[in-house]
Amino acid sequence: MDVRLTVETAAARGVGKLSRAFGRGGGTTIPGKLLWKVDPDAVDRLAARLPGGVALVSATNGKTTTTAMAAGILGADRKLAWNRAGANLLSGIASALVDARGAELGLFEVDEAALPETVERTRPRVVALANLFRDQLDRYGELEIVAERWRATVAALPEETTLVVSADDPVVADLAAGRGNVLRFGLDDPTHRRPAVQHAADSKYCVRCGTPYEYEAAYVGHLGDYRCPACGHARPELDVAARDIELHGLESSRFRLVLPHGYVDVELSLPGLYNVYNAVAAAAVAVALGVSTEKIRRGLEGFSAAFGRFERISIGRKELVMLLVKNPAGANEALRTLEIGIPPVLVLALNDAIADGQDVSWIWDVDYEPLLPHVQHVIATGDRADELGLRLVYGGLERNRLEVVPVLEHALDRGLELASAGTELVVLPTYTAMLALRGILTERGVVPPYWDGGQP
Amino acid sequence: MRIRVGHLYPEYLNIYADRGNIAVLARRAALRGHELDVEAVGLGDPVLPGAHDLLYVGGGQDREQAAVAPDLAAKGPAIRDAVARGAALLAVCGGYQLLGRGYRGRDGTLMPGVGLFPHETVAGTTRMIGDVLLECSLEPGRSRGLAGFENHAGRTLLDEGAEPLGRVVYGFGNDGDSGFEGCRQGTAIGTYLHGPLLPRNPWLADWLLSRALAHASREAPRDLEPLDDELEEAAFCVSAARAEARGGPR
Repeated sequence: MDVRLTVETAAARGVGKLSRAFGRGGGTTIPGKLLWKVDPDAVDRLAARLPGGVALVSATNGKTTTTAMAAGILGADRKLAWNRAGANLLSGIASALVDARGAELGLFEVDEAALPETVERTRPRVVALANLFRDQLDRYGELEIVAERWRATVAALPEETTLVVSADDPVVADLAAGRGNVLRFGLDDPTHRRPAVQHAADSKYCVRCGTPYEYEAAYVGHLGDYRCPACGHARPELDVAARDIELHGLESSRFRLVLPHGYVDVELSLPGLYNVYNAVAAAAVAVALGVSTEKIRRGLEGFSAAFGRFERISIGRKELVMLLVKNPAGANEALRTLEIGIPPVLVLALNDAIADGQDVSWIWDVDYEPLLPHVQHVIATGDRADELGLRLVYGGLERNRLEVVPVLEHALDRGLELASAGTELVVLPTYTAMLALRGILTERGVVPPYWDGGQP
Repeated sequence: MRIRVGHLYPEYLNIYADRGNIAVLARRAALRGHELDVEAVGLGDPVLPGAHDLLYVGGGQDREQAAVAPDLAAKGPAIRDAVARGAALLAVCGGYQLLGRGYRGRDGTLMPGVGLFPHETVAGTTRMIGDVLLECSLEPGRSRGLAGFENHAGRTLLDEGAEPLGRVVYGFGNDGDSGFEGCRQGTAIGTYLHGPLLPRNPWLADWLLSRALAHASREAPRDLEPLDDELEEAAFCVSAARAEARGGPR
């Protein structure tokens, strides 16, 4: 055993414990940051030690949930090194590697911009790329810049690495064009198509010739069954697909999971079409690692929710439902899951820290309009509560149904006060607002702190 | 009164929530009893003489901007003529760049623009990103704040004597150096500020509406009746405070 590495990881673990003991958040990246600082190559060596290899998942939307679903499937009979709390830069991956002594398989969600270096260092067996949406332009730059870096990364992958891609995202699917050892996933149920590709959709133009795509079915943003009328570039054949999808409001969904060798019906206790996408992506990762159909079904059905992405919390006789939103495509899907059972009271929380995106203009690309006439009260909160309030008023919400309460804790209490017993209070926060709200609920003893995980 | 708006390339240039700016214009017009009639002007569609009281050009990603640039340049004479006859115009970010003389790439070639604003934009190596606060005096003796967010690699250099939209209080502005941001040419305003710009800066929305109404009615511009802008002002204050705390270095 490498003595230097052993001493370093032991020291790094100590720091993680210290950070938790002093209540400084989960300590999920601090040990990794230390290790990363003293010896960045340690990540390469720790990853190389995993007997089952490494699988990486990246996307703009759904990477935490997809990775957690894959962990539900793969973790049933092997020990994982997994960055479960969503710390998805190399320092977070270093932390997960340090923490998981004796792990067999590494399973990591990876920030879109961190993918190239993470691939280089961890030499993955499987790389899953799910979607690219415009997101935090102040941080990532334009979508095309991320796509270009992914293209270079994919081109450098060795042949034995299995590439899992969404067939439904034209830019992502095209990364796999002409490559062997690829698994393509997507949805195959036109009854769930949107009437039109959403406002401000990305990648609506053919990646080959620039002509607008025609959609047989657009499911989520620009994801769907597309075809270019000029050059014929079209969605490739699906290897892993969801068919016969039933969505049951904020409760659950059901679909037939079609795999290269057979199919199985899956009951998912998560709402929304976007979670069906996440489930199909997770299933494709599991297929790439040779997991049986039955184990995939069991893993998906046993899954409740990834950290902070979707949580249902009982507070007295009221239920609080929290859905993380961080960009227009994700927010539109969260709102779409509310369309069936519209809650009487809605709390929308907008922060503008680096992790949320300092540029808040994205809220204008979210389609709040269909929901607004049906909600009795909307409470806008967070550091940019006023800006969000303006968005809603200009979107048609009467001023007397809007309350602007910038302090998160006050907004939460006001929401709970307005929601009558036996009803749901739905909260849609951005990332740091979600962390802060969760912190408040932890202090009140209604949810466990996040490093204890909501997951097995 | 009906205000006819020509929204150029909404399918291509919509990167920074440009529909927010249009929504603000529509609502503020409606609250004064006017109607905003928005027409999309796409690739190959002509800008007809006198057809619009207000023109709007948003921003796009590089690929989208390159796709519309030649078509926009071809519309140049019609756009310049519309502004010369008093139509209002707002151009944001990429639209602002494309309405100048042109965009000079790192290899020195010039992608020709509309030639409405007296400026040229040169490609930069680093992006200028952050909150911005400007001090504007579109009318002499009437100074007002304008708060937004900028994210651009191009450096826009105003010609000698060109009128900027405002003086940079916090942030980078046109080129990170001159202390100026945006450009004003008669009834036309160009700026890097999005956020979107108009919701938190309602006075500029009203300035544009007042020019558009003057164009539609063939009368002199008049101040519009004030609205309750409590939320707008609160959003402006937070945005301005952000610019002070974390805007670019000036």
